Amino acid sequence: MDLKENHIKSNRKTIMRYLYLMTVFFLTLTGFGNMPIFKRYYIADIPGLGWLAEYYVTIYIHYLFAILLIGIISYLIIEYLLTKRKSIKITLSGYIRGSVVAGLLITGILLVIRNHEVSGFAPGFIIFLYLCHLTLVMVLLMAGLYSVIFKKKWYFEVKQ
Amino acid sequence: MKNKISRRSFLKGTMATACTLAAAGIPASAAGAADKEQLATLLDIRKCIGCEACVEACKEVNETKFPDPKKPFPKMYPDRVPVMDWSDKQDVTDRLTPYNWLFIQSATVKINGEETELTIPRRCMHCVNPPCVKLCPWGSARLLENGISRIDPDLCLGGSKCKAVCPWHIPERQTGVGIYLDLLPSLAGNGVMYKCDRCYNRIADGELPACIEACPEDVQTIGPRDEIIKKAHELAKEIGGYIYGEKENGGTNTIYVSPVPFEELNKAIETGKGKPHLQPVKNSMADSNNLAAAMIIAPIAGVVAAAGKFYKMSKTGK
Repeated sequence: MDLKENHIKSNRKTIMRYLYLMTVFFLTLTGFGNMPIFKRYYIADIPGLGWLAEYYVTIYIHYLFAILLIGIISYLIIEYLLTKRKSIKITLSGYIRGSVVAGLLITGILLVIRNHEVSGFAPGFIIFLYLCHLTLVMVLLMAGLYSVIFKKKWYFEVKQ
Repeated sequence: MKNKISRRSFLKGTMATACTLAAAGIPASAAGAADKEQLATLLDIRKCIGCEACVEACKEVNETKFPDPKKPFPKMYPDRVPVMDWSDKQDVTDRLTPYNWLFIQSATVKINGEETELTIPRRCMHCVNPPCVKLCPWGSARLLENGISRIDPDLCLGGSKCKAVCPWHIPERQTGVGIYLDLLPSLAGNGVMYKCDRCYNRIADGELPACIEACPEDVQTIGPRDEIIKKAHELAKEIGGYIYGEKENGGTNTIYVSPVPFEELNKAIETGKGKPHLQPVKNSMADSNNLAAAMIIAPIAGVVAAAGKFYKMSKTGK
């Protein structure tokens, strides 16, 4: 019975992990697709990737995965607070990456608000948001790479 | 005389503007409105005689804003990156260029069975929610509170995304100018995008945009958007005409009134590079903005799922 439960838990963890990675991958891809680079550098010429040069498509997909990311993060935060506060300990790497993701979410949400016609953000603030969003995603990618190379985890399980 | 009154109305307060309105029959263009409300222009196509006085005035007044590219241009990679150089063709006036932000389009149509040539001043539509501004990846295109969308030449990298997302493909690029020259000129950027900024600096100073001031036929009227829309409908009703720009791309601040349907006009005008169409345009930003509403639901769904898991665990005691 325990074995079966552990198996289910492990499966859930794996699904969540891959869901998160897939979301970050598509958000990064479509995020860079919002800049005019994929056509210039022939990436949109690769069969099947032509959509990367379609700005309205990339922004739509970016929004879709942003919604998914917000859902995943909300789930993980509440799950941690309700059920895992004692069983897992978040590492320094986890806190750093978590902060970067939070920063990305905040700047991203502000940019979404800005895209509505009612928004009235100052031009300087909008440029600041863009630069923060871009810098944070670069930091997240670097931190992710560092964590893969040096096997740094988001958290470790506390033996009870 | 009308122009004098209108110009004065920019400088005066609401009361003075109301008097001006009554006297001139021109929709309010008060300085207060210029600061806070979106200003729109109404173009009565019947009045345009195609004299290009507006085109010349635009070129003259905005000359200082035109690009002054450094040559030779830096070699750009890869080779497919197009060099867009209009500096040797600054006199071109039959299309939009970085040196010509307004041009006259001609259409030969039949009105009451009689063949008539209509001329239409064309420039940036100044959308209410402009995709060129909202989707600019650097924030170099900006929307002013008075509804003017303008591209900051000191920040624009010339990636031409604004042109790609504009339903009318209005902005035009000039290579060899702008901040990209100081960054990675060979690998990123390609100049600066230029388009009508509806003489934002003149409006800020309480003056009329050059094209409106110079027009001998008073083709254009400027004022708060609500008033301009109302006036456009009244005019359309009066002449049995048609409106373009009110709903296009979710609404613009350039409202045309024509005696013939725009479908007909669109077929009669020459369209193509630098020559925008007059087709119906759906709201470009609507899809993503509608999707944005789902972002409010996403955290709720996440919280409910986690809370459900917690409830299930507490019930089973595991």
